[in-house]
Amino acid sequence: MFSHLLSSLSDGLVLGFVYGLAAMGLSLIWGVMAVINLAHGPVIALGMFTTYLLFYQAGLNPYLAIVVVAALGLLFGLVMYGAAVHRVIDAPHLSSLLSTFAVNMIIIGIGTAVFTTSPRNIDFAIGTLNLGPITIPLTRLVAALGAVLMTVFLYSFLYLTRPGKAIRAVANNREAAELMGIPSSAILALSFGLGTMLAATAGAFISTFFPFTILSGFPYELKSFVICVLGGLGHPLGALVGGLILGGLEGLVPIFMPVSWVPVVEFSLFVLVLLVRPTGLFGAK
Amino acid sequence: MQKMKFWFLTPLIILSLIMGGPSLAAEKKAIQPAAKAVENVVIGFTASQTGKFNVESTRQIHGLSLWMDQVNAAGGIKLPEGTVVKFAAKFYDDESKKDRVQELYTRLINEDKADFLISPYSSGLTDAAAVIAQQYKRIMITCGAASDSTYNKGYTLVYQTYTPASRYLTGAIDLLAQMDPKANQVAIVYEAAKFSTDVVNYLKDYAQKKGFQVVLFEGYDPGATDFAPFIDKIPKGTDAIMGGGHFADTSTFAKQLYEKGVKTKMVALLVAPPEDQFAELGDAAYAVIGPSQWESSANYNPKAAKKLGLEYYGISVADFTKNYKEKYKENPTYHSAGGYVAGLLLQKAIEMAGSTDSAKVKAALDKMNLMTFYGVIKFDTAKAHGLQVGHDMVYIQWQRDAKKKLVKRVVWPEAAATGKPVFYRTK
Repeated sequence: MFSHLLSSLSDGLVLGFVYGLAAMGLSLIWGVMAVINLAHGPVIALGMFTTYLLFYQAGLNPYLAIVVVAALGLLFGLVMYGAAVHRVIDAPHLSSLLSTFAVNMIIIGIGTAVFTTSPRNIDFAIGTLNLGPITIPLTRLVAALGAVLMTVFLYSFLYLTRPGKAIRAVANNREAAELMGIPSSAILALSFGLGTMLAATAGAFISTFFPFTILSGFPYELKSFVICVLGGLGHPLGALVGGLILGGLEGLVPIFMPVSWVPVVEFSLFVLVLLVRPTGLFGAK
Repeated sequence: MQKMKFWFLTPLIILSLIMGGPSLAAEKKAIQPAAKAVENVVIGFTASQTGKFNVESTRQIHGLSLWMDQVNAAGGIKLPEGTVVKFAAKFYDDESKKDRVQELYTRLINEDKADFLISPYSSGLTDAAAVIAQQYKRIMITCGAASDSTYNKGYTLVYQTYTPASRYLTGAIDLLAQMDPKANQVAIVYEAAKFSTDVVNYLKDYAQKKGFQVVLFEGYDPGATDFAPFIDKIPKGTDAIMGGGHFADTSTFAKQLYEKGVKTKMVALLVAPPEDQFAELGDAAYAVIGPSQWESSANYNPKAAKKLGLEYYGISVADFTKNYKEKYKENPTYHSAGGYVAGLLLQKAIEMAGSTDSAKVKAALDKMNLMTFYGVIKFDTAKAHGLQVGHDMVYIQWQRDAKKKLVKRVVWPEAAATGKPVFYRTK
C-alpha cells in the first residue's frame, strides 16, 4: 500500500508541475487583461506540433526545440492579440470569449486539415529514474524542472524588470498605469504574447512524453481553469502550486477510488475554492 | 412514266414499312431499356472527417470509395431484367459526434434519398445511426462497429461486417493459456466507451470461465492521456494486461506501460496495435498484441472457401491490397477492408436479389454465407438479427525481424500464424 501510495503520488506531483506551467499562461492573460483565452488548448497543441516538426524535420533535440517554440509562441501571441483580441479588449467579456473561441476553431480546423487527428509521437527517451517503488521517466522529470525554471523566469520578469512591473501595473489599474506613461496596448500585447509563450512551452514539454493530436490541448485547458481558480489569477507561483495540488489529487484519489472519480473531486474543489476563497490561494487580484 | 414510278415505289414503301416497322420498333425497344436501364443507387453515410475518429473513419471511407470506383468502372451491376445499377455516394462529416449522426442520417434518407446506408465509424456512432435506419426502413451495412448490443434491439435491417465485441479479445486469453499454462491473473484497463466496454465485459466473463482471476477491471475517460494512475494500480505479478479503446488512448497506454517498466507476460490491446503507425512507438510497441479484423497476410482465397463448402466472392486479398496502395499510397488496414467489404456485400446482395428492392436485398443478406477477401460472412437471422457470426479475428504481435526492424506478425489463431508469439517483458 505504501509503495503504491509513493508511486502514485510521485507520478501525480511530477505531472502537477506541467499542469502548473500550462495554467500559467492562461492565468497571466486572465489576470492582466480579464480575457479568458479559449484558444489556450490549441496553442498548447501548437507547441506540441512545433516541437514534433523541429524534431523530425530539422533534427533538433526536443529540449533545444523548446527554446524555438517559446520564441514562436511569443510571436504567435503578439499576432493573435493584434488580430483577434485588441479590438475587443474593452468590449463586454463575451466578445473576447467569442473572439478567442473563433481562433480556437481556426487552429483546430487548420490543424486537423494539415495533421489530421492521427496521434503523433516524439520518439525520444532519456531513461527512467528508479527509486524503490518509484519509476519516473526522465522526460517527465525534465518537464517538471522546466516548469520550475519557467516559474522563476516569469516571477523575475514580473517583479524585477520594467516591462514586468508595467504588466503588473496594468493588471492592477490600467487607467492609472496609462497616466503614469505606460503604453497599455503594448503591455497588453506583451502579456498576451507571454501567456501564449508559456502555453506553447508547456505543450512542447508535454510532447516529449505523451502522444498528441491537435485536440490534445483541451484537457490541459480545462485543468488550467481549475488551477487558475485554485492559485489565484496572474500569479505564477499560484499557478504552479495549483498545478501541484491538482497533480497530487490525481495521484492520491485513484488509490482510494476508481480513477473516474478524479474529475469529480477536482471540480468539487473548484467550487469549494470559489465559495470559500474566490481570489484563490495566492489572491493576486 | 409517272404511273410506272408510282407502281414501282408504292410496293417498295409498303414493303419497307412491313419489314422496317418491326425492326425499328425492335431498335426502339433496344434503345428504350438502355436509356432507362441505368439505375443510380445512392449510398448514404457519415464520415468522421474531423474529431477523434478521423483516422479510422478516413480509412473506412477510402475502402468504400475504392469499391464504388471499381464496381462503377466495371459497368455496374447488371440485373436480370436488363437494368444496370450504378452507385453514387452521399455523405456528411459527423465530427465524430453521436448527436450529429442521427440528424445527418435522417437528412441522408429524407433529403438526399439514400437507397442504402453504410454506418459511420465506431460502435457508439453506429448505434445512433442504426435507430434511424430501422425507423426509415433502410438497409444499413455496418463497418467499424463491433458492439454486440446494437443487434440485440430487434432491428431487422442492420447487418454487421465486423467480428462482434463478444469475440474480439477472447482469443488473447486462449493464446496466453497456450503460451503459459500457469498464467492465471489478468488486469483489464479499458476506455469507458461503448465498443471497448462491450469487448471487456465479454472478455472478463470469458477469462473467469477459463479460470483467470481479473485483478483489475477499470475504465478510463475517452480523452485520457495519463495512464500512470491505472498502471500504478496493476498488482505486481499480473500475467497479462488487456484492454485499451481506440487508437490515440491505446497507443498512449502502450507507451506508458513501457516507460513505467511494467513487467508482464502479455499486453493485448484494442484497435491501435494492428495499425502500421503503432510502430512509431519504437521499443514501446515491441511484443504488444492486438486483435485485427483483417490483415493483408490473411489467407482467404477460393481454395479456402471451397474447403469450407462456401462460395468465394469478389476481389482477392492481393488485388485489394495492391489497388488500395496504388490509390491511397498507404497500406490498407482492417478499417479500409471493412469499408470495402461493406460495399461488396451490398453488391452481392443486389446481385442475389436481382433487384434493388429493399425487401429482396434484405432476404439476400439474410441468406448470405460466403467468403470474401475479408473472410467469411454470415449474419445471425434469429435472436440477434444482423450480428456477424461467420467472421473471425486474427491476432498480430509486433516483433523484430533479422534487421531488428519492428514487423507485424500474425500469432493467433495457429492456423493463420506467420510467427511464434513472444512474451512482453518478464525481467
